[in-house]
Amino acid sequence: MEQLSGKVWKFGDHVDTDQIIPAERLVSEYNDRLGEFVFEKVRPGVADQITEGDVIVAGKNFGCGSSREHAPRALVQAGVTAVVAESFARIFYRNSINIGLVLVEAKIEAEEGDVVSVDVENGTVKNDKSGKEWTFPQYPQYIRDLISSGGLMNRIKEAKRCTGSQ
Amino acid sequence: MSKTISEKILSAKSGVDAYAGQIIEAEIDYVMANDVTAPLAFQEFEALECEPVREKIVLIPDHFVPNKDIASAEQAALMRRFVQNWKLPNYFEVGRGGVCHQVMVDEGFAAPGRLIVGADSHTCTYGGINAFSTGIGSTEAAACFAEGRLWFKVPEAIDVRLTGTFTKNVSGKDLILKLISDIGVDGANYKAFEFSGMGVNNIPVHDRLTISNMAIEAGGKTGIFPCDAATDVHLKGRVRGKYTPVGADKEANYSSVLEYDLSELDYMVAFPHLPSNGRLVSEVDVEIDQAFLGSCTNGRIEDLRVAAEILREKKVRDDVRMIVVPASTEVYQQALDEGLISIFTKAGAFVSGPTCAACLGGHMGVLAKGEKCVSSTNRNFIGRMGHQDSEVYLAGPAVVAASAVAGKIVSPEVL
Repeated sequence: MEQLSGKVWKFGDHVDTDQIIPAERLVSEYNDRLGEFVFEKVRPGVADQITEGDVIVAGKNFGCGSSREHAPRALVQAGVTAVVAESFARIFYRNSINIGLVLVEAKIEAEEGDVVSVDVENGTVKNDKSGKEWTFPQYPQYIRDLISSGGLMNRIKEAKRCTGSQ
Repeated sequence: MSKTISEKILSAKSGVDAYAGQIIEAEIDYVMANDVTAPLAFQEFEALECEPVREKIVLIPDHFVPNKDIASAEQAALMRRFVQNWKLPNYFEVGRGGVCHQVMVDEGFAAPGRLIVGADSHTCTYGGINAFSTGIGSTEAAACFAEGRLWFKVPEAIDVRLTGTFTKNVSGKDLILKLISDIGVDGANYKAFEFSGMGVNNIPVHDRLTISNMAIEAGGKTGIFPCDAATDVHLKGRVRGKYTPVGADKEANYSSVLEYDLSELDYMVAFPHLPSNGRLVSEVDVEIDQAFLGSCTNGRIEDLRVAAEILREKKVRDDVRMIVVPASTEVYQQALDEGLISIFTKAGAFVSGPTCAACLGGHMGVLAKGEKCVSSTNRNFIGRMGHQDSEVYLAGPAVVAASAVAGKIVSPEVL
């Protein structure tokens, strides 16, 4: 699988999904523009500074709170390809798998602006500036299979398991 | 081998002898979505080009309805069109529904032993009546629309042993705020709370719903109570179909045990900006601009009764706005019949029909910069109810009502 490398944006513990994308933006007319509003209440202007391929580095419980799938979608639309955090909240974790945002569960040392590289296949994340490297646990087999089959919706489509079909 | 309630329900629904840590695929009883999360699900579902599992889908507009602006109106219209296109039987229009989780309970979808998912994190509410229910995202809701099934990781469970009985107007909200403050907002991440002990019987069903509702605020996948006589009474006349109560085995494995004596609890308030910032109301000194009573956490008839009793013959302080939002049409009607609405309006409170309102900063009570609100809702995150420099203090209905009168956060006994 992919090797990712990107500039770090640093956040703390318990970043909730209201911070990632506030409720005011949860209307369908913004569904394809969510990236413009990412973190707008807690770090105004950061959405304009994030560039394609950047990485969020955060502490514990990233993505806690609301189940809004708009949160990982907003990060992806803003250009974020991976979030490295000490731990993730459960619903955010599942949502990210479904929309293709890479999650790395690891406690790493990185400053804002550093560049980190993520090797998804081998489960390693490296701070290119300091040269330090950390390992992270792979997704369970079920989830790896889900991802390699193209995701939840693709798997349903391929398998034509839609029970409601005539 | 012995099992927890979670392991039993997920085993029954998956046909697999499942234990904590396993990933299984299970048949869901219902999948619920609201006006904010459903549109993304519709988009994903329609790309599949297949028929939905109609009878399992429940759609309830509540976040931004009655339409708060044009964008919300368009979104609510999308929901209505989806319902019409697919001829879905379980849709609750404005005026005939309310806050989605209360409607799920009022309308008898939530019942013991059921597996219910919802594209809203507070779907865990139905654990209060012995269901395994949990929040999911929109894509997963779409998958459930199509298949009526979903994958789950069977959670480890935390045994919360309860003894004693609440004193004064201390309630389920005070217990759950205390519990979250003890273990932190990620203290139950990927886990389920399972409540046990003699104290459970002393907690009325509406308070169990409040407690389960906030399981997610500790990261919990769900929070499940056993089914008892009070549960059966609550379900009578409203439950759809039959239900099977599920209890834990005596030797079930729990990841940890927490113990609370309900009689030792006192009024709690959670300071900004995390639900785990709980303090004793008796030890705080915070002036407020607004008091909000409502939501899937504490907008039930029993919550309104407690608040009305405190506000009877009293006035909301001149410099405070009090906003009362019954959680559902059923609650609203009951409050009208009991004369509670009149008590609120005579006290100088604003009362609206059921909706999520200001809970998530949508409408009807959004906060300005610097304003402070004591609220019966579930989240006090940065900017949750409005401006990023506003503050939300979470408390139970008795404290919200008393604070509206006092102009600062107090317990009803000091009025």
